[in-house]
Amino acid sequence: MLAIVGTVPDQKFPLTTGKVCLKDDEICIKGKRVHVNRGTPALLAAAVKTGEMLGQSEFFGYLVGDIGLGEGSRNLYEYLTKNLGQSKYSTITFHYLQPDVDWHNRVLFAIKETVKQTILIADAGFMYAAKMSGQAASYDLFTPDIGELAFLADETAPHPFYTRGFILQDEKRVPDLIKRAYVHKNASRFLLVKGKKDYLADRDGIKTMVDSPACEAMEAMGGTGDTLTGIAAALIESGMEISKAAIVATRANRLAGYYAQPTPATQVIEIIHHIPGALEEILQEKVTGKATTK
Amino acid sequence: MSFFEFLKPKKKSQGSDQDRGILVFEHTSEVIRAENVLKASGWKIRVMGPPPEIQSGCDLVIEFPLIEELNIVRTLQKVGASPLEIVPVSSPLLQPVDLFQIKDFDQYLMVRAANMKLTVEKKTLNIVNISGGGCPDVPYLAQEMVGKSLSEAPSPKEIGHTLCGYALQLAYEEMTRRCLP
Repeated sequence: MLAIVGTVPDQKFPLTTGKVCLKDDEICIKGKRVHVNRGTPALLAAAVKTGEMLGQSEFFGYLVGDIGLGEGSRNLYEYLTKNLGQSKYSTITFHYLQPDVDWHNRVLFAIKETVKQTILIADAGFMYAAKMSGQAASYDLFTPDIGELAFLADETAPHPFYTRGFILQDEKRVPDLIKRAYVHKNASRFLLVKGKKDYLADRDGIKTMVDSPACEAMEAMGGTGDTLTGIAAALIESGMEISKAAIVATRANRLAGYYAQPTPATQVIEIIHHIPGALEEILQEKVTGKATTK
Repeated sequence: MSFFEFLKPKKKSQGSDQDRGILVFEHTSEVIRAENVLKASGWKIRVMGPPPEIQSGCDLVIEFPLIEELNIVRTLQKVGASPLEIVPVSSPLLQPVDLFQIKDFDQYLMVRAANMKLTVEKKTLNIVNISGGGCPDVPYLAQEMVGKSLSEAPSPKEIGHTLCGYALQLAYEEMTRRCLP
């Protein structure tokens, strides 16, 4: 089973664990409902949509309210150290948690102690903590955007806000940044770099680049990176190889964006609605060998 | 492990202080005041000597959880104990990213600061999207700011808590400078 760990932007939302589904554009977990806007709810919604399309059973969520004060995240970290190690998840995706190196290390230790063969994916705050801890290589997939890639590449940076000068550089530096992230052991087994062009890389360098269909407006939209990570997580959980799942996910996310015909004011739920159709088209294309260009 | 292995100093793990920052103050009395305020508010902090790279301030600094910089600075500002300088422990010479990237989408304008992006509709000056970042106050800030006009929305400085919130504040200030009289 796939487990997804993250936060919701409501300080009063209690630590809640359970199977997750999507109803009327809201995430449902243990009788509670969360509006899908961006962040972990968007990741969950994209994963659920992907899972439904692939005929997978429900996913498991670990959610807590946190508006940046860190208290909710720390409660969840503590819960994970006590409970995650006894689980039998095949894939775990960590997302918007307050970056905290000490708690990160305790969670990772708990997983490594008892859970073998689990695929570990990290994005957002938990990925920041994974990099800062020096344990990035323990993960199978990170999904940074270009700015976060610059942070992974800068061995001294504690956060993207303090990354040395190259954070706003153009995408020509992506191969160098990827190389640098691996040299300093601040990258996971695979990196899926999100941007104008999406890149899949490992320690040998860039394996694949995807740049179409391209919707410029998606750069301004919050949550489009979250949906990409959610699709990738669900595809990996279905048994697809990580490298293949990452590429299918980036193509599906782009195609869903294309079908949503977004403006910079479009909200991410509009893209989520188009994920099943986009995925079906891409997976069908793989079966028939037909290539689609947009 | 050899017999004397346990006598060797333990090697500091790579990430042990990566998420910590340093507050630099002009006078020791300010350090003591800030320490009292922060400890009373429940922060995990410690007073220590400054690293050699820091050339300003007094002989004591406060180490704090860097990610929560925005919240801590706001707490200190409220009691008139703002620090002279804030730097990461891992590399005290690092400065916050201060470059802006502007993107014009015809009807919309996007400002990016560090890892955060803020987009407004030019005609109404309504905030239509916030993206980027990885700290948990980003979805919260988006929830509170998107759909409101630039002049009416709460600023990230008021309701944000983390370094991502701080980066969004810079984007917000730049957008305000460009769009509001």
